[in-house]
Amino acid sequence: MKQVILAAHFPGVNNQTVWSDPASGSQIDFSSFVHLARAAERGRFDFFFLADGQRLREQRGRIHDLDVVGRPDSLTVLAGLAAVTDHLGLAGTINATFNEPYELARKLATLDHLSGGRAGWNVVTSSDAFTGENFRRGGYLDYSERYARAAEFVRTVRELWDSWKAEDLVADPATGFFASANAGEFAHHGTFFDIEGRFNVPRAPQGHPLTIQAGDSDEGREFAAAHADAIFSRHGTLEDGKVFYRDVKARVVANGRSPDSLKVLPGVTFALGDTDAEAQENADHVRRQQVSPQTAILLLEQVWNRDLSSYDPEGPLPEIDPLVSEEESISRGRTRLTRDPLETAARWRALAEEKRLGIRDLIIEVTGRQSFIGSPGTVAEQINAFVQEDAADGFILVPHLVPAGLDEFVDRVVPLLQERGVLRTEYGTSTLRGHLGLEGGA
Amino acid sequence: MSAAHLHLSVALDGAGWHPAAWRDPAASPKDLFTAAYWAGLVAEAEQGRLDFVTIEDTVALQTSRLDGPDGRTDQVRGRFDAVLLASRIAPLSRSIGLVPTVTTTHTEPFHVASSLATLDYVSGGRAGWRVQLSGRRSEAAHFGRREVPELGPAQAVALEDYAIYHELFGEAGDVVEVVRRLWDSWEDDAVIRDVATGRFVDREKLHYVDYEGPHFSVRGPSIVPRPPQGQPLVTALAHSRLPYEFAARGVDVEYITPHDADQARAIVAEIREIGGVQPKVFADLVVFLDETQQAAEERRARLDELDGAAYASDAKIFAGTPEQLADLLLDWRETGLEGYRLRPAVLPTDLNAITRTLVPELRRRGAFRDGYEAGTLRGHLGLARPASRYAGSTR
Ligand SMILES: Cc1cc2nc3c(=O)[nH]c(=O)nc-3n(C[C@H](O)[C@H](O)[C@H](O)COP(=O)(O)O)c2cc1C
Repeated sequence: MKQVILAAHFPGVNNQTVWSDPASGSQIDFSSFVHLARAAERGRFDFFFLADGQRLREQRGRIHDLDVVGRPDSLTVLAGLAAVTDHLGLAGTINATFNEPYELARKLATLDHLSGGRAGWNVVTSSDAFTGENFRRGGYLDYSERYARAAEFVRTVRELWDSWKAEDLVADPATGFFASANAGEFAHHGTFFDIEGRFNVPRAPQGHPLTIQAGDSDEGREFAAAHADAIFSRHGTLEDGKVFYRDVKARVVANGRSPDSLKVLPGVTFALGDTDAEAQENADHVRRQQVSPQTAILLLEQVWNRDLSSYDPEGPLPEIDPLVSEEESISRGRTRLTRDPLETAARWRALAEEKRLGIRDLIIEVTGRQSFIGSPGTVAEQINAFVQEDAADGFILVPHLVPAGLDEFVDRVVPLLQERGVLRTEYGTSTLRGHLGLEGGA
Repeated sequence: MSAAHLHLSVALDGAGWHPAAWRDPAASPKDLFTAAYWAGLVAEAEQGRLDFVTIEDTVALQTSRLDGPDGRTDQVRGRFDAVLLASRIAPLSRSIGLVPTVTTTHTEPFHVASSLATLDYVSGGRAGWRVQLSGRRSEAAHFGRREVPELGPAQAVALEDYAIYHELFGEAGDVVEVVRRLWDSWEDDAVIRDVATGRFVDREKLHYVDYEGPHFSVRGPSIVPRPPQGQPLVTALAHSRLPYEFAARGVDVEYITPHDADQARAIVAEIREIGGVQPKVFADLVVFLDETQQAAEERRARLDELDGAAYASDAKIFAGTPEQLADLLLDWRETGLEGYRLRPAVLPTDLNAITRTLVPELRRRGAFRDGYEAGTLRGHLGLARPASRYAGSTR
């Protein structure tokens, strides 16, 4: 039987995170991160996960104020978490467009040392000029060049990690030999990076900290198949998941790699209850919290690409069609909800008509229904079935509450997965690569 | 906080500041790349109730040459990213300030602001920044983004003679300015969680920083809410006019390197005459501390011999007893210094001597506090938490 890989996504800057609930705590205090990480470790999860965004999101030219706003620097918070956890992997999302290999390679190698081999990096490639306004280079990167830069970035970072061999660091006072004369030597003369010199962090415990990829395009999948250890996907339903899984694993094999060397991890949400019926009620309640009347209009605007602020959230969909434009997007700093707004609008109109739904109810219906809804037994069963049927190798769980959103899952679902023998009861490995059964792990 | 009290900080680097420190019998060179080693040092500094520790960093491998690798195998090589190291230690300490070194030359100002603000959250208001710039060709080659000319021979260089240093200090001043703006870009009460209107933040209290300078531009606001201290402590080491002028643009604590009281007096006077923000001025000293002066000098000589050269430093090298050091610190204080950054020659030996002998000695003389009197690093230094510069502004 396949083991189920589990990661804990800190609920962050998106409309899945419910901040209006009385149980919702700070999105930025360190104690919130500690709480979620400790819950994940108690549940014997493989890793903790932080998303990223380097510009506050905007809608209609103003800072988007309806969702959680504000986040920490990923690697800095993960380094702090390394002090309060012992086994949990620590993965952060970092943009390959707005960083430089030497600096990022150092930071990841440092985190790997400071955590005893638990560091992971989710490589993302956003390149919009909007985000670029916060950086020296600005928004110079063409869409088509993002993955080319990302691929060379990953290659370069790995060259830097490899520039120190394990035996280069001796530190023997008796002989007076500290490190090899050529430790850290590197030279990379490529299209995006033309650098050489000496890398200054000794070889990391994992050698290569874990590399994750999140991105759905053809180029994104190819990039993952060639370079990544895990892929964070949006394909969290059984059928969709199987199709994606087959597609990606075939690409991995075509790249001359073993299919097991790339783990497929959809991001999923869940709602629990004592019974399946109660879970469904809880799920509905959370969905209404997630989609406030204001949020419903806003999500609609993202598809319509128009100012719809005058529409009644309880009223019917707009009769006017979406504005289709490649350049001008009403919302900035987030990934698009759809690639084909006209088709989406047509589908939504048909559904609204059929089920007699107003705007808010329609948005609740078509966006982000929880992936797993049920009693702990039902959810454990579904999670295991998805993994055994090759719709996934495991999941990145996205709770809806900070900081306690994972507690019930850990207390009630995890023991059932452990009973089935698909989730460890104790950590038998010490590094993140080790937890995932990947080469170079321990 | 009594005005009579000195501020004391310690500069942590590798196995200590002497290049052969790692070969001292008291050193633990095999542990340099473990978190436990650094946590132990910081716990010791906190036992001594020191104001803060700084952590050295560079974007190049250590070298005994002015620029470029030296091929030596007998000195410590390799180091951690200082911000991450500080953050790793933060949850294991409670009161002491944590001041990592971050360069302004090859980094993104936006990331610098975020990472230090985050350190301030992880440490509960104990973050600082030792601003550094990286003018070496070998460093520039690690990034491939800017041309840096070769420097002249080591002793002959005055920073002021090089156009590149005027450029880099100018840029560093701009980076400090933009980082400070980003720290202020969220007003303290920006998060409102107003269920009735569905709004999480009051966007009138989030501000674009709109910085445009010759080297970079940054739009803002920060992705990180205002850090607990409002403004984490900004510090810098300065040896001459150019860095003094840089410090006057926005540094809270300035480290200088006088070799005697007269030099200290002259430098403090020069800094005061430049005007600007009037940083607190600390002197840096490398210290070998033993029960007798002879023992300290012998230890220094032994390490010099191991290294094959007499250790030279930008700062004065002090070898003597903690009592003698206390004399010196109090004597130099008369020149207008408010504190010191001590660089232990060997870790943990000279750090332990600071916390276990020097500190009690200073207390006996009424020159150091008994315990921490504040919960934040700014608090230790008697600095108030500033309001955001944007408070009440509609931009
Ligand atoms: C599940 C998932 C999670 C993502 N998380 C982030 C994120 O946290 N930060 C970010 O900047 N981009 C994120 N992205 C965006 C991707 O990195 C990528 O830039 C985007 O999907 C466009 O690439 P594509 O054309 O390959 O899909 C995510 C994408 C996916 C599929």
